[in-house]
Amino acid sequence: MQIDKEPKILAILCKWCSYAGADLAGTSRFAYPANVRIIQVPCSGRVDPVMIFKAFVEGYDGVMVSGCHPGDCHYGTGNYHARRRMAVARRLLQFVGVHPERMHFTWISAAEGKKFAEVCGQFTDKLKMLSGSEKTLARKELAT
Amino acid sequence: MANVGVFICHCGVNIASKVDVKRVVDTLKRMPEVGFAHEYKFMCSSPGQELIRKAIRDSKINRVVVAACSPRMHLPTFQTALATEGLNPYLVSMANIREQCSWVTDDPEKATQKAIDLVARQIKRVVHQDPLDDINVPMTKAALVIGGGIAGIQAALDIADGNRKVILVEKSPSIGGRMAQLDETFPTLDCSQCILTPKMVEAAQHPNIEIRVNSEVKKVDGYVGNFEVTVERKATYVDAQKCIGCSICQEKCPVKIVPDEFNAGLGTRAAIAIPFPQAVPAVPVIDPDYCRKLTEDKCGVCAKVCPAEAVVFDDAPMRDTINVGAIVVATGYREMDPGIYTEYGGRKFPDVITGLQFERLVSSTGPTGGDLKRPSDGKVPKTVVFVQCVGSRDESKAHAYCSGICCMYTAKHTMLYKHHVPDGQAYVSYIDVRAPGKTYEEFVRRAIEEEDVRYLRGRVAKIRRLQNGQYRVYTEDTLVGRAVHIDADMVVLASAVEPQKDAVGLAQMLGIAYDADGFYTEAHPKLKPVETASAGVFLAGACQGPKDIPASVQQGSAAASKVLSLFAKDTLIKSPQIAVVDPTACTGCLTCSYVCHYAAIEEKEFGKRQVAEIIPGKCQGCGACVATCKGKAITLAGFSDDEIYEEIVSCK
Repeated sequence: MQIDKEPKILAILCKWCSYAGADLAGTSRFAYPANVRIIQVPCSGRVDPVMIFKAFVEGYDGVMVSGCHPGDCHYGTGNYHARRRMAVARRLLQFVGVHPERMHFTWISAAEGKKFAEVCGQFTDKLKMLSGSEKTLARKELAT
Repeated sequence: MANVGVFICHCGVNIASKVDVKRVVDTLKRMPEVGFAHEYKFMCSSPGQELIRKAIRDSKINRVVVAACSPRMHLPTFQTALATEGLNPYLVSMANIREQCSWVTDDPEKATQKAIDLVARQIKRVVHQDPLDDINVPMTKAALVIGGGIAGIQAALDIADGNRKVILVEKSPSIGGRMAQLDETFPTLDCSQCILTPKMVEAAQHPNIEIRVNSEVKKVDGYVGNFEVTVERKATYVDAQKCIGCSICQEKCPVKIVPDEFNAGLGTRAAIAIPFPQAVPAVPVIDPDYCRKLTEDKCGVCAKVCPAEAVVFDDAPMRDTINVGAIVVATGYREMDPGIYTEYGGRKFPDVITGLQFERLVSSTGPTGGDLKRPSDGKVPKTVVFVQCVGSRDESKAHAYCSGICCMYTAKHTMLYKHHVPDGQAYVSYIDVRAPGKTYEEFVRRAIEEEDVRYLRGRVAKIRRLQNGQYRVYTEDTLVGRAVHIDADMVVLASAVEPQKDAVGLAQMLGIAYDADGFYTEAHPKLKPVETASAGVFLAGACQGPKDIPASVQQGSAAASKVLSLFAKDTLIKSPQIAVVDPTACTGCLTCSYVCHYAAIEEKEFGKRQVAEIIPGKCQGCGACVATCKGKAITLAGFSDDEIYEEIVSCK
């Protein structure tokens, strides 16, 4: 992969918090990289690890899953199910040879438009580093 | 065969200034699924919707994609447009090319590319969308109001007048809330109790209202129309049915050292007490931390003197579940503890008090019987400094927000002070005077011009206690540009309005959003001011943000009207976007039932084996079971694998 190429990101967002947060980023005009594609799900608990694998098969460089903050899930506990599932999915990614940092799990509330834009920017930067030298980074991480 | 109509909105210039709309239309026209593509300046307008209806009639499209703003904004608008032409409303999908594209992408070329990609995904997706029918569920036409302050009382009365049952749950021993603690109210100087108590009594006597004091909400299950709420009544050690409210127990109780909450900590009361003379209900409560019978098994005087035999020392908390269709949250606010302002000596100097404490000091039902005396030595204060914005508009120390009510109540306090001590001098230290309400500005002018109150613009730096018992207030007058100090007999801090301590806990129980300060978040700041993200839960009063009495009453009535219009329908229309089990694929492992938050999954017999079944009335459509099912036997209507995987295509 080339370093200068803009990484492609799939953001799977829950309808109640994070999708509304992304909307707020738009309303507030917080610009973020154009290669972010958003999918709405009712709850982060709906996110099937297969969705993440499908995204990598389709050529995305990174997948971001975001739900409501702990305790704030509209459906009570969906985000906790998601957190556990994503932890397992991350290990499976590593097993099949995808750098686990290519999957980002986070909480973004409906009031955090700025956070959404920032997370997209930071994730893009991280993916650029990974695309350039996945091995160098892995070495660096091992060293620290 | 799907025949998709695609409609691209300019949103004035909001989309069209970044996205080359014409190019989007021309590109998408070439997709095989697309039978009709058009652009328009405002798709949400009547002519815009007519375009869709016309295309359904003339071009025989049977699926619709609207590329415009967020579906959170206008999806219902376009669903209605489809329905009026007889097309199932769930056959429309929206591409969010405003919030997700034109507003966040700087480069017009990239924005146009992204818009094409976003719409193309929705075209692929909409082909997989199935027609769905709304589900009708019965509802319980009774409401729960949490909080018995003025906002909650108003909401309860309005709902009850609309001929619906209301359960009003209040944490403290009486309804009335903060307003009951106030002496007079701005900008009319109406006596607060005089205008509030008739409403309290009306609520207590209303045949449709059941008041539950000393009670708290412990658990909320269910959803709009069918909430199951667990309410706990604290142990009060007095049988409210038997008590006649004579208050002999209160007079005879030997333990008179309990800090008086109603008087904001000024003065003391007995261990068994009616919180204030006009309390509704006028039933005393025993404080188990102070009562000698409950702590040492001695005394018991109250039980001996009670003519109604209403004192029960073996009382215990009691829980029960109530069924309601709607909930109004009106939990109000608390005054910030000024203790963090050590430079002001809050909570340390006895004569540096808060606004609410001043309110009690001048009240005829207060600790001094309405004579304004200093808490330290009982002298009449001849010089008083009122300090505004203590904790408000001070991000470094407490809160960034403006508490909204302090400018006005301080102006009122200065007037009340002058009415009690005509030869006294009042000073106000302020940043700005914010008086935007009707006749509010005139009220402040009256304090300055008629009562000769000195307003000094600036923030107080320090308050020091002097040898002679006075307090030296170091402040500044920024309008003349000099530092000043005033030797005062008493200082009143306008302490910030804060959400209740347990506000976040209740929000999590109800599934409603709250902001960084802990105030509850309305569904839309302008257009849905009393609704929340959870259908059937409404907000009223200061729990949503600092508010004065008129605004709280308005919100109380607004929330009540929302509840009544909800109850005006016979049944509740529930989203059909729920999960369904395919019994032929289900292995009956029932792992899905472990993750279901709503206990909506039950076991049923299918042929000779057990399979899972989802109760449509209970399912809320979160999809946790879908992701859990190993055999892919569960489908979430509206968010099926087919629909979602069509969206996970590579970005162009």
